[in-house]
Amino acid sequence: MNMLNRTRMTLFAALAALTPLIGHADEIQVAVASNFTAPMRVITEQFERDTGHKVLLSFGSTGKLYAQIRNGAPFAILLAADEQIPIRLEDEGLGVAGSRFTYAIGTLVLWSANEGYVDDQGKVLTHQAYRHLAIANPKTAPYGAAAMATLTKLGLADLVTGKLVQGENIAQTHQFVASGNAELGFVALSQVIESGEIRQGSGWVVPATYHPPIRQDALLLTKGRDNPAAHALLDYLRSAKATEVINAYGYGR
Amino acid sequence: MEIPALDDASLSAIWLTLKLASITTVLLLLLGTPIAWWLARTRSRLKGPIGAVVALPLVLPPSVLGFYLLVAMGPNGPVGQLTQTLGLGVLPFTFAGLVVGSVFYSMPFVVQPLQNAFEAIGERPLEAAATLRAGPLDTFFTVVLPLARPGFVTASILGFAHTVGEFGVVLMIGGNIPEKTRVLSVQIYDHVEALEYAQAHWLAGGMLLFSFLVLLVLYASPLRQGWRG
Repeated sequence: MNMLNRTRMTLFAALAALTPLIGHADEIQVAVASNFTAPMRVITEQFERDTGHKVLLSFGSTGKLYAQIRNGAPFAILLAADEQIPIRLEDEGLGVAGSRFTYAIGTLVLWSANEGYVDDQGKVLTHQAYRHLAIANPKTAPYGAAAMATLTKLGLADLVTGKLVQGENIAQTHQFVASGNAELGFVALSQVIESGEIRQGSGWVVPATYHPPIRQDALLLTKGRDNPAAHALLDYLRSAKATEVINAYGYGR
Repeated sequence: MEIPALDDASLSAIWLTLKLASITTVLLLLLGTPIAWWLARTRSRLKGPIGAVVALPLVLPPSVLGFYLLVAMGPNGPVGQLTQTLGLGVLPFTFAGLVVGSVFYSMPFVVQPLQNAFEAIGERPLEAAATLRAGPLDTFFTVVLPLARPGFVTASILGFAHTVGEFGVVLMIGGNIPEKTRVLSVQIYDHVEALEYAQAHWLAGGMLLFSFLVLLVLYASPLRQGWRG
């Protein structure tokens, strides 16, 4: 047997040994609401390591992801920022009936990039002469709707009208505040938290009673119905390991 | 289709868009004319770099331009520091900020047609004017401007239309404020995101028709040919 043949045999054997792994590994595309970007990256990395499946993540506002799914986007799973859109998809037959569950309950935070700017009771909203208060678009983003509910509850909705600037989604809202263009804004706690503390700047964690709960639902989409990786990922999201990550980013369960 | 079409929000977005495009076009003609004239006449080594900078928005994604504008015009950026020192505040989330962004974004669509028009005039009319003892300014207004008229028409239409069609930059620096920064393209995007497809269709269809008509006028216009021939 010559050298070349031996190499070929070795390669063949190596490939044969790998086949079972390759056979089981599936690839899925998952649509994820922007606020869940950071924890989902961590969870996906662990999931890929533990199972060998491959996950491609697309981030965006839930409304945009909905429009994409309705128009044939190849997503197997939607991790929405609310429960309405998953319910709607389920009703429209684009999601698998009975697969919907709440994977996280969002926490809203009033945040500024400046240290000491936001007090721990949110009094800054009435006490400071800020020019811009950033929120996510309340019409399309659940965190924006929660921000408006909070402002209404505090009796400030009219007062701040002229100061509101809207991000297209919660990620852009965070960017407006992080770049200092808006002195403060309502963002998702997951965007500014690190090991249980607000990483930078200052913030007030809005009490959950100030707005209707931000229930974030996951849904298996019909395109993922027969994909083992999609089922595996949904199970994984319910696991203790994923719950730990989700909680660490300031979400309830 | 039912007609929920032009509610107040849409009308104000249309008005805002037209205002933005008009102001931007006027500013660009004022700024772009000397730049184009210089680019057309100079033998300086800087011609290449300056020409390239002017053309950058043709190839840069609006997200890049929008991102840099947001950071530069923000309270910690160089432009933001300057505008604050001048007592103007910061530009993002303001109509003035959109005008500044649009001027950068639509610059090549005005400068390039003007530059082409100036270059097409050539040396002879200028030499003729000089022998008749016309000064440089006199020559520019009485010889160059009339001869370059088709270029100005093209530049104005393209600058205006391109600003009307702006989206990415506005989205990144505008903050979606009604009557201040919520232009038509952003309004359409909002409708799509909110699943208000009927309203989105009306505005999007109107935009399509408008763009087609503008280009039709441009391509069919006798001003585009003639004059030089």
